[in-house]
Amino acid sequence: MTATSQGTEARVQPTPGPGASRPARTRSRGGVTGGINWWLTALMAVCSLTVLIPLYFTVVTALKTPDQLGGTGFELPTSIRWENFADAYNLTNFPQALMNTALIAVGAVVLTLFSNSLVAYAIARNMHKKFFKGLYFYFLAGIFVPFPIIMLPVVKETALLGLDNQLGLILLYTVYGLSFNIFIFVAYIQSIPIELEEAARMDGASSWGVFWRVVFPLLTPMNATVGILACVWAWNDFLLPLVILSDPSARTLPLAQFVFQGQFNTNYTVAFASYLMALAPLLIVYIISQRWVVSGVMRGSVK
Amino acid sequence: MTAPASTSGTTARPTTPSRRDNIRPSGKRPGNKTPRAFYWMVIPALVIFFGLHTVPVLTGMFFSLTNYAGYGTWNFVGFSNYLNLFRDDRVLASYAFTFGFAIISTILVNVISLSVALGLNSKIKFKTGFRGLFFIPHILAILIIGYVFNYLFANSIPAIFSAIGLDAFATNILADPNFAWVGIVFTTVWQAAAFNIILYLAGLQTIQPEIYEAAAIDGAKTWRRFRSITFPLIGAYFTINMVLSFKSFLQVFDQIVALTNGGPGTSTESIALVIFRGGFQGGEYGYQMANAVVYLFAIIILSFIQLRFLQRREATY
Repeated sequence: MTATSQGTEARVQPTPGPGASRPARTRSRGGVTGGINWWLTALMAVCSLTVLIPLYFTVVTALKTPDQLGGTGFELPTSIRWENFADAYNLTNFPQALMNTALIAVGAVVLTLFSNSLVAYAIARNMHKKFFKGLYFYFLAGIFVPFPIIMLPVVKETALLGLDNQLGLILLYTVYGLSFNIFIFVAYIQSIPIELEEAARMDGASSWGVFWRVVFPLLTPMNATVGILACVWAWNDFLLPLVILSDPSARTLPLAQFVFQGQFNTNYTVAFASYLMALAPLLIVYIISQRWVVSGVMRGSVK
Repeated sequence: MTAPASTSGTTARPTTPSRRDNIRPSGKRPGNKTPRAFYWMVIPALVIFFGLHTVPVLTGMFFSLTNYAGYGTWNFVGFSNYLNLFRDDRVLASYAFTFGFAIISTILVNVISLSVALGLNSKIKFKTGFRGLFFIPHILAILIIGYVFNYLFANSIPAIFSAIGLDAFATNILADPNFAWVGIVFTTVWQAAAFNIILYLAGLQTIQPEIYEAAAIDGAKTWRRFRSITFPLIGAYFTINMVLSFKSFLQVFDQIVALTNGGPGTSTESIALVIFRGGFQGGEYGYQMANAVVYLFAIIILSFIQLRFLQRREATY
């Protein structure tokens, strides 16, 4: 992906400065049709407004007093009412919902990374065996099973097993993510040269030792991709917490927005403050790690 | 995600690791070829996956043959649940709505995402900044986005239309049984495009610039370059994005709860919403399980048709 064209630039650009130190890719691209396309840049900027406008709207509405709500709603607030956030904080029991969501998301990511990669490793290295090949397609078939068919029975089952809580959700995200994660992990593991593992085995490492000390570290790029996607999924999911969780104190952030919708009803400014607080944690984490997140997702999809 | 290409490597691999394992003087391994550790790596996952994924599917299929209400006693009723499904206007309407919604959203999301990805992949300024910005909707909860858009559709957009004098459009689109779906599609596309843009961008970056340079020398124009080079080369991405987005749109739930809650009336009820309401609140457990089984087979059949059709098109280039 990054090592695009060492050979090309020599051919296309007749006089590349021999000591030019800029990345090969930028140069060879710039060499074909010239510089920056400003019209396209402007068009992209206009397109990006579709993303920014709803976010702007959420922020300004959350800051207003109820009497400023008339009109289109895009006007800047004339006076800021910070109490909206305090009201929303107390009404939805924000810290509890945040803790639940964080616990579930972190738990799901950790369990997913360790278990799914391990299963994929065993499958990828034994694909010539009927049992493992069958297992691979069995797990993969889960991709085509829609959640609504699982929904009603699994609620009874988790209630029966005492899993109608945060722990049950962590387990369910790990299990339901398995189908897709196996798909990308197996493809990636098969691209890792087996010789590395053989060397470790010669030194007396067991299959477990080989996985934890040799293979798992090599999976880091793919772990990043799978971890990001699992985190976003578990953090924002609504239907699974809605049907599984029975105790109100286990509510997640999206579920809390749903439950308190009735009480927000006329009080839009508090509602928007609550929405903003529910969206903010992941948004802040994303803004800080934006480059890493996007390239992580892209790397995973190239494989 | 283009895994099929890499599977061929496995079968060719000799069983070296297992042989090595037998040579090891650990003593606890008998003469079987695969180290026992590999079985221990997968068996717990197999048991849990079977218990929390396959068992619910099978119990669901079982109860679809009963008149179970979700509580109390039940009797076998044969296939009458299935027959009744096809006479139930509410269920039929939810299928029509869900499939229409999924088809329109899939096309829009893929066209928009591919266009934006092409823009992001060309020679523009602030590339990484735009890339990061377009991905934002993916990390926001669609339920909460739905609540925000609900307010926009109900209050802000009518206010804007009446301000510019177009009073005919100054209504809440979500309150109109004929057009409420437009609001749902808009919100869905807004959120789903984010992820697909990044996937298409990843696909576009796998194309070697030499190919374009050769085309430029041959004098190929922009559209022709897209049609004969770019599009065929990212064909695998197009196939997988079409199939996966269609499949996920068929399960639409969150944004409908936030935007219309199935209304006005039942005009925007999706299949998932009907199963949820009937199964949990309406005492139709057995009946809705029959609905879910039909839904499962519809998704499987359509996914395979789509895959076949798109892959054939991919191959003709």
